Amino acid sequence: MSELVINDLHASIDTDAGDKEILRGVTLSVESGRTHAVMGPNGSGKSTLAYVIAGHPKYRVTSGSITLDGEDVLAMSVDERARAGLFLAMQYPVEVPGVSVSNFLRTSVTAVKGEAPKLRTWVKEMKEAMADLQMDPAFAERSVNEGFSGGEKKRHEILQLALLRPKFAILDETDSGLDVDALRIVAEGVNRYRESSGAGTLLITHYTRILRYITPDVVHVFVDGRIVESGGADLAEVLETEGYERFITAAQPA
Amino acid sequence: MTIAPPHDLAPRIASFDADSFGMPTGRELEWRFAPLEVMRPFFEPIDGAGTVTAVSTSELVVNSAIATASSTWVPTDRTAAVARAGARSAVTVNVPRDANLVDPIVIRLDAGAEFAYQHVEINAGAFSTAKIVIEAHTGADVSGAIVVNVADGADLTLLIVVDGPKTHRLIAHIPATIGRDARFTACTVTLGGRAVRLLPSVHYAGPGGRAELLGVFLAEGEQYLEQRIFVEHEQPHCSSNVIYKGALSGAHAHTVWIGDVLVRREAIGTETYEMNRNLLLSDGPRADSVPNLELETGDVVSAGHASATGRFDDEQLFYLQSRGIPADLARQLVVRGFFADVVGRLGLPEWRDDVMQRISARLGMADEGASDD
Ligand SMILES: Nc1ncnc2c1ncn2[C@@H]1O[C@H](COP(=O)(O)OP(=O)(O)O)[C@@H](O)[C@H]1O
Ligand SMILES: [Mg+2]
Repeated sequence: MSELVINDLHASIDTDAGDKEILRGVTLSVESGRTHAVMGPNGSGKSTLAYVIAGHPKYRVTSGSITLDGEDVLAMSVDERARAGLFLAMQYPVEVPGVSVSNFLRTSVTAVKGEAPKLRTWVKEMKEAMADLQMDPAFAERSVNEGFSGGEKKRHEILQLALLRPKFAILDETDSGLDVDALRIVAEGVNRYRESSGAGTLLITHYTRILRYITPDVVHVFVDGRIVESGGADLAEVLETEGYERFITAAQPA
Repeated sequence: MTIAPPHDLAPRIASFDADSFGMPTGRELEWRFAPLEVMRPFFEPIDGAGTVTAVSTSELVVNSAIATASSTWVPTDRTAAVARAGARSAVTVNVPRDANLVDPIVIRLDAGAEFAYQHVEINAGAFSTAKIVIEAHTGADVSGAIVVNVADGADLTLLIVVDGPKTHRLIAHIPATIGRDARFTACTVTLGGRAVRLLPSVHYAGPGGRAELLGVFLAEGEQYLEQRIFVEHEQPHCSSNVIYKGALSGAHAHTVWIGDVLVRREAIGTETYEMNRNLLLSDGPRADSVPNLELETGDVVSAGHASATGRFDDEQLFYLQSRGIPADLARQLVVRGFFADVVGRLGLPEWRDDVMQRISARLGMADEGASDD
């Protein structure tokens, strides 16, 4: 049993106009096997939360804490966090020209597991994981994310989830930009991983449609850099019909 | 397509007499960037200079007296004239007509002295196919030429690896003449040397010739690496493809890439493209990149150039690190990836890994200041 605990997290970004606070006191705990959906309007700071957990250097944590089984995540480098068991499926995966998917995956798995996988079992494992996500084997020889369609990028993120086997998966808008078929394939990939690993999941999304495939245990409404309401899966249905209006108004300082 | 201002890119003077060329002052276009004080020993004859010889297992590689040199190439600058006059022997590689050599000919150039002149001639006979790898070690100061003649219908691949300590200087003119329907692929890999000036040039002796000039270079510390390319299309229906990529790190590294392509009035049906991309791995290094395309005819198939210098992308680093890959390994992956497309074009599969490993080794050592082997 693992636990990811975020407590009163504040984070800022340097802009030309000075420091801008984006996270304004986020408190959230996710346990192994549990899925929390974080839902909020565009610009509310959802990706910032995901990036701060992963350790993106662009953001500065001004107060609060993140711990993984009591260990101080904020004191870890980006790669240490990944090796400690955190994984971020990015909203906008980055292109790395000239680095093949197969080389990238093998290097990542080697880094996270601490030893290189045996070549024969590795090739089989990679092929199976790709087949599960209905990815063409030729994909392995392409450069990481370069020229990928939106759907290919997201499948590639979930492929990494399946191979790196983290303790906690943070999925940032994994549903955005996907057609119905791709959404189903990606969501099934996430569910397969959740069931086989018992990992905890933080599912960040703007829309409710991915929740038809992935049922959350807890739904958080995220507005203006903090969680303004939490509830069960039924809270997502309220958002589906009513939108974020009520919460945005409530979050405005008087 | 951009047409450079009308000035003739072709060298104005060719002569065996060094004094036909003035002493470089730094005001000349061709000496504008180079550190003249560092290059100065190449401007006047050096008494007691050695001459580069070749070490190779191939019997096609011959060291012989300079009088046996047969190329008609005439030096186009002062250093080349000084070197040609100073060289006492020549390295000759004659690939016989119709020969189809499967294995690459590997040649190690040995300066044999702290300072040496160099004269190398490579002649690919008509309809021959050959691959040649030249390893130039930067453990001595060397100045001279590698003169290439690709006869009609021949297909020559030439890889030149400049590697070794970052202490010495190298100037190499690499003039190539491409015969009718011949094909020439050259790749220079420049890693070693305090100051290196490579001057590949291409002329076409008949229609249908194809030239591909590739280059990768990695400059660190105080290194000055210059690649000055000149392609003269004076025959119809020829092609040239020039692709150079460089990476720079450290506050004082400096690279220069000059790509001069001249398409003469008679060179109808020309296809030409040149590109230089540079990657700055840190703050401070300077990358000069100057493509020049001069068209005397509009009757070409295609003519283009591109040049860009960009900073190392921290988002790429973050992405790789977020998958558990340590920062130094992530940087290596990104830089190797940056070079991969150029190295991948090299028709010497067994040398692609070698080149990539040399690049990795340099990058791995860069932070420890230990790359002066
Ligand atoms: N580099 C940046 N410079 C300035 N503002 C930024 C930058 N990145 C994000 N922001 C701002 O931070 C806020 C939160 O962005 P983000 O975390 O991407 O929100 P979400 O993922 O919920 O759409 C937005 O108002 C956005 O404009
Ligand atoms: Mg977002």
